[in-house]
Amino acid sequence: MSELLVGPFNRVEGDLEIRLQTDAGRVKAAYVNSPLFRGFEMMLLGKDPRDALTLTPRICGICSISQSAAAARALAAAQGITPTPEGARTAAIIHAVENLSDHLTHFNLFFMCDFTRPVYASHAWHPRAVQRFTAMQGSAVRQAVEARAALMHILGLLAGKWPHTLAIQPGGVTKSPTQRDKLRIEVSLRAFRRYLEEVLFGAPVEAFAALATPADLARWTSGDAGLFLEIAADLGLASMGKGAGRYMSFGAYALPDGPAFAAGLWDGTLRPLDTTAIREDISHAWMLGGPAHPFAGTTDPDEDMRPAAYSWCKAPRLAGQTVETGALARQVIDGHPLARALATDGGVLARVTGRLLEIARIQLLLEDLTRALRPEERFMAQGKPAIDGQGEGLVEAARGALGHWIRIEKGRIAGYQIIAPTTWNFSPRDANGIPGPVEAALEGAEVRDGETEPVAVQHIVRSFDPCMVCTVH
Amino acid sequence: MTTNVLWLQSAGCGGCTMSLLCAEDPNVFDLLEGAGIRMLWHPALSRETGAEARAILDAILAGTERLDVLCVEGSITRGPKGTGRYHILSGTGAPMLDWVRRLAHVARHVVAVGSCAAFGGVTSAGGNPSDAVGLQYEGTHPGGALPASFRAASGLPVINVAGCPTHPDWVTETLLMLADDSLTAASLDGYNRPRFYADHLVHHACPKNEFYEYKASARALSEMGCMMENLGCVGTQAVGDCNIRPWNGDGSCTRGGYPCINCTAPEFEEPRHAFTETPKIAGIPVGLPSDMPKAWFMALASLSKAATPPRIASNATADRIRVPPTLRKPKA
Repeated sequence: MSELLVGPFNRVEGDLEIRLQTDAGRVKAAYVNSPLFRGFEMMLLGKDPRDALTLTPRICGICSISQSAAAARALAAAQGITPTPEGARTAAIIHAVENLSDHLTHFNLFFMCDFTRPVYASHAWHPRAVQRFTAMQGSAVRQAVEARAALMHILGLLAGKWPHTLAIQPGGVTKSPTQRDKLRIEVSLRAFRRYLEEVLFGAPVEAFAALATPADLARWTSGDAGLFLEIAADLGLASMGKGAGRYMSFGAYALPDGPAFAAGLWDGTLRPLDTTAIREDISHAWMLGGPAHPFAGTTDPDEDMRPAAYSWCKAPRLAGQTVETGALARQVIDGHPLARALATDGGVLARVTGRLLEIARIQLLLEDLTRALRPEERFMAQGKPAIDGQGEGLVEAARGALGHWIRIEKGRIAGYQIIAPTTWNFSPRDANGIPGPVEAALEGAEVRDGETEPVAVQHIVRSFDPCMVCTVH
Repeated sequence: MTTNVLWLQSAGCGGCTMSLLCAEDPNVFDLLEGAGIRMLWHPALSRETGAEARAILDAILAGTERLDVLCVEGSITRGPKGTGRYHILSGTGAPMLDWVRRLAHVARHVVAVGSCAAFGGVTSAGGNPSDAVGLQYEGTHPGGALPASFRAASGLPVINVAGCPTHPDWVTETLLMLADDSLTAASLDGYNRPRFYADHLVHHACPKNEFYEYKASARALSEMGCMMENLGCVGTQAVGDCNIRPWNGDGSCTRGGYPCINCTAPEFEEPRHAFTETPKIAGIPVGLPSDMPKAWFMALASLSKAATPPRIASNATADRIRVPPTLRKPKA
């Protein structure tokens, strides 16, 4: 048995360190550390509840709008206000653009780069991977940042800027788009569709979204998606980094008729989501206190960083169990046939495919939402801030289920707890010694001779698209 | 001659890097490469991970790799108990506080990217749980992770590209000026922010300027009027060319219908009132536009308010333009 410490584990958002116990060329146990603590939940105490809309987006520069959407929903619940239908639709557009952009960044800048490593030089696809995905230089990398920057013009129009907008409010959005704005958004979406169809998928967006079986997927050869699938087949990414097969989604894009992608829990059967069964365990986190539901939870860092703990990340559990969250989970719970078929293995191939599927489906969703936008309607309902109350704000960030739980007393924030997607996926062990989802997925990963940061570990970890700044916040 | 840049992400949100990727015409990678700016390592963008990345840091400290520009994004945590261990640079066992201090002393230039790295920023909000500071400022006070007397090898103090987040061009243009050797002490303002954007106010070219002229104010978010009187907007005091050179195409905070919160300034994170509400004394807003004598401001404000044309008064409290400008009759 020997030990490896992998860090700085880069091309993830924020700081990540992974300790591996290895034996006979395999990972025996993995320990995931989020080595940065800032304390947003503590900063918010005593503040005007509306300030959460300014401060919480700044938890994360990549999931900024997800944080603001969750804060807005928590505040809306606390004050008993509902966004106007057009306000909800516009907030959904703003949020979906961020998630779409995040998936693109992950695939092109964070994930694919590992296939350019010299360790793969003997594989037939390696020269193409190098040409397309070399860090900061690959042709796909440059095309992706250009397409992403152009897509974000929608956020310039609707949200002022990205990241860190204040446009999403409990009652809707601050800017009422005009007919001209609506047409400009459609122009940006058509340009992005062209990028997807010429570069990422090399085929109509609808065709990728319609893939229904793993066999259909295996036959997909066009675009950078095709290159990924070729690599995945060659390296056996389907069986690498398998998950527990338990998925959770809070439901994405709250629209007047319900979320665009359904909420729920999947463990082979679709079950309703019950967030009252959430507990954050802190047995292995440098936190003081005991396990608690986020309405009752506190954040009290252990300044002595006791040796029994190894991360600033708490360990959220749903009814005592770990759950995996993310694009794959969302698509499984929403009932996409390909995602359901991939759910059982739930490895690297499944997670990355879940994201590619979602890119296609968000593009289609954005086109529908924009077409339905009615500029003549009201985009924001006005309400009075809550003096006393509490609210739960559940959304889906690119990386999965994000919740804000606020308690307001005498017009001030008396409690604010956040559980981010990567808090679920990258949680440390709980009091029962059960490892978090990524810790479990790493067990059994291959460690080649002489590897100090095993490439299989890199694929598995990055297949989750961790956002470490959200994780501890 | 290439300009070698090392980028570290400290206690922040990573949003300044995410914003940097929004650079356009050309894209950020073409822009940097074209100017000979080479990233020795960037945590979000480089291939090197783990030991490979640590080797780059070691080579810089050993002097075998030249470091022209050290960019630090995020504030520096000093807690708990002064150890800096709220942020260990992963894989190294050493606090980012130590890494930044060591690397700053071998860098030709040190750039704080974003208000966290410059002044502490949002990471130091509330009770500042992680005891976070900027590289060379603690809020408005000189001296942070590095002392007030610190000068990089170039002779310049830490260059504070403040903003939350930074506009992509603020960062790329600062790097372009450093690569071109054209950034001097005279290029920086009183908080060591590059004057090319800090000599402007967010108010400049704000589309709500006509409402401002008449103090025709929005009462609530989503109304079109000026947000200075009621909604906490400090665009008349905040430095930044946000409305001259917009964000993500055509955007800015005020164009998006929400107030400027002065995110380029030290201590913006603690305005001592709700961000979206203007504090008032006896009904009169606290806080004057920059360089405006108070008596004149009061006199002009009351005069212009009285003179507000009905079109502007009506539109100020609507969520879209209700009354268009009157067409002039053609001269006979």
